[in-house]
Amino acid sequence: MARNGVFSRRKWLEKSEGFDLSLSDSHEAHVLAVDDSLVDRKVIERLLKISSCKVTAVDSGRRALQFLGLDEEKSSVTFDGLKVDLIITDYCMPGMTGYELLKKIKESSTFREIPVVIMSSENILARIHRCLEEGAEDFIVKPVKLSDVKRLKDCMLGQDRMESEDRGINKRKSCETSDILSSSPSTSPPSSR
Amino acid sequence: MQGNQLHRQLAHMRQSLFDQGFLDEQFVQLEELQDDANPNFVEEVVTLFYKDSTRLLHNIELSLEKNTLDFTKLDGYMHQFKGSSSSIGAKKVIYECKQFRECCRAGNGEGCKRTFQQLKKEYATLKKKLETYFQFARQAGPTETACPPK
Repeated sequence: MARNGVFSRRKWLEKSEGFDLSLSDSHEAHVLAVDDSLVDRKVIERLLKISSCKVTAVDSGRRALQFLGLDEEKSSVTFDGLKVDLIITDYCMPGMTGYELLKKIKESSTFREIPVVIMSSENILARIHRCLEEGAEDFIVKPVKLSDVKRLKDCMLGQDRMESEDRGINKRKSCETSDILSSSPSTSPPSSR
Repeated sequence: MQGNQLHRQLAHMRQSLFDQGFLDEQFVQLEELQDDANPNFVEEVVTLFYKDSTRLLHNIELSLEKNTLDFTKLDGYMHQFKGSSSSIGAKKVIYECKQFRECCRAGNGEGCKRTFQQLKKEYATLKKKLETYFQFARQAGPTETACPPK
């Protein structure tokens, strides 16, 4: 794995700009952070705030779904003012894992377009592959650094720009993903999607 | 000048923590998150770490006292603890966490107990050192550079 074990499908979008993650003049990005560790929640919250994001930090996948209004017990609710631009979640959590949360989000017609980033203290290729397969935007090996959060800018900024080309990105399975995984990060990916 | 001397001593204290292997790069990452609006962020995170991990370490302690050790459970606890330790850059503590997990995987009960004692020592030592450091930092007052050179 290159560097930090960081793996991103959108690596080719990476620019060395400042790490201001605000999307545009009108909208400061709102990130939903999910982590059962109190210490990690405090750190990720600060990392995101210093990068000009609004942050909602919750301690479980269940709470994340409740926040989104996806909890089974509750019907879907729309909170316009609380639109989520990115979900960043820990992988290993009691109850619902980050992977399970990812699946639930990607299964939702309302929320499947929200980029989901997985964090894990373990750099396991099979795990990374599984998450990317399921539609995760990126996979960050903990502990999370400021440079990791800088890269997330593309997840959110890129979303609108790439949306028309990337319609199928989250539904895409095996082939392309394996190609990307087997090539080095610096290799440019297929230009047409 | 008094101020400069204190700052020099503080910088020296800080550098020792890295040179002696108590802290790793992640601590620097936390320092980078400090600014005028959040001047005590690192201390807050460290304080939170020590407060939050007390319960976890106590659970490990209790689990180690059982007649039959549940290595899966122990490894699970340690995985969590190692995560938080990594988040603050507690290098020596992290090392002991890894040793402990190795013992769990090997089903080595005595090894677990031994490394856990070592872990607690490192955990306590770091706590004292950081408390001293933060206290001194407060005395020295705010510095121009929020983040000393790496």
